[in-house]
Amino acid sequence: MLSTDVTTLTETHEATAAPLLRRGGLVLAGFAAVFAAALVAGGRFGLMLAIGLGFGIVLEGMRFGFAGPWRAMILRRDPAGIWAQLLAIGLVTLVALPMISASSGELAGAQAPVGFAMIAGAFIFGAAMQVVLGCGSGTLVNAGSGNAVALVALPFFAIGSFAGAYHLIWWTDLGALPIIKFSGWQGVVLTLLGLSAIAGLLWKLAPPEHRRLPRRLIVAAVLLAGFAILNLLVAGQPWGVVYGLGLWAAKAASAAGADLSGSAFWSAPGSLDRLQASILTDYTSLTNIGIVLGAFLVASWRVDGLSQKVPGLPAQAWLAAIVAGFLLGYSSRLAFGCNVGAFFSGISTGSLHGWVWFAAAFAGSVYGVRLRPLFKLEPRP
Amino acid sequence: MTRLVTATIAVAGIAALIALDASATPPNPYKAPPLLALGSGTAPSGGFCGALPDPAGK
Repeated sequence: MLSTDVTTLTETHEATAAPLLRRGGLVLAGFAAVFAAALVAGGRFGLMLAIGLGFGIVLEGMRFGFAGPWRAMILRRDPAGIWAQLLAIGLVTLVALPMISASSGELAGAQAPVGFAMIAGAFIFGAAMQVVLGCGSGTLVNAGSGNAVALVALPFFAIGSFAGAYHLIWWTDLGALPIIKFSGWQGVVLTLLGLSAIAGLLWKLAPPEHRRLPRRLIVAAVLLAGFAILNLLVAGQPWGVVYGLGLWAAKAASAAGADLSGSAFWSAPGSLDRLQASILTDYTSLTNIGIVLGAFLVASWRVDGLSQKVPGLPAQAWLAAIVAGFLLGYSSRLAFGCNVGAFFSGISTGSLHGWVWFAAAFAGSVYGVRLRPLFKLEPRP
Repeated sequence: MTRLVTATIAVAGIAALIALDASATPPNPYKAPPLLALGSGTAPSGGFCGALPDPAGK
């Protein structure tokens, strides 16, 4: 009896110690990655990787997303996730807009023109993100936490982003307004009024049982806003995703001998500089890397977080993931950003295009939700 | 196949990307900008998905 008790105690001790060791290793790995980036590239770039890790940990750890909440609103009229997004955007607005106005050109917003291609791009992005159930940040988070559909879509997202940037000038020449932006405290008031109006509309549309915002999402929104503000203060520019992915594909194409001189975008002096620089000095690349690693750390931290089986899907579903991945990248370049660069950062730094992006992408999402079962990515209702 | 395999592939892919890029275009920490853009006195020069190419180069 005594022997059995000792054995049980030892087993219990080992079972407790194993996750502790694993989790300790994960924390060390995160710090080591940040330290290594700071050492080989410079302190600012190490800090950007740390901010990216923060984004990834919050998004995966607190289940904060963009595509999923939009789907929940479309299918169940559950607005909680979108309220959390609006809250995070509002918090960033309160800090970012006055700081950009007060800075002497050291901080820039995510400001872009509204145009035909921009609106069409946002619509297609909204549809494609519902097909793979992952947006710009969501595809990175899902890939890092072992989602096979996101893992397949991600490289095609990068190729699409490269191709979209390659043709960007041709598309914007189809017609675009000048950049319209709101700035200073006047911009803060206008933006907060707009966000409140949308939150109120969602309240009206939601059934009584869904008119609540869980504490988890409030905490996640506050943390995400904090990291987005840090992103602005450290990099001088807002949080973005798509540029970095396109840069990875452009570097690969360039290394393979592709001639990029035919593209007004990739042959511009600024783009050439970045093609010849390390991705460890590119802000959106660093936060993207951090998001994948952060999601991986959280999934590995959880008990049985990575032990679930990858579901088998028909060939049609994998093909849909590839096409949707490419469209996510291509359309987000035409739309001047994805849910992060255009919706989150565009609105919070006073760009009209962020609002137009939201409307067009949400309309696209309504169709994307219907497409997902057709491509056998989920059972038909 | 479990998610451990797919998540490991994602992280390995990122590691390979960094390693290949570092061998082609190694970073130089001695050319690093100040820690924070705020207060640095320099305009932001990073690539961003909302920006059109700047013919001036920065």
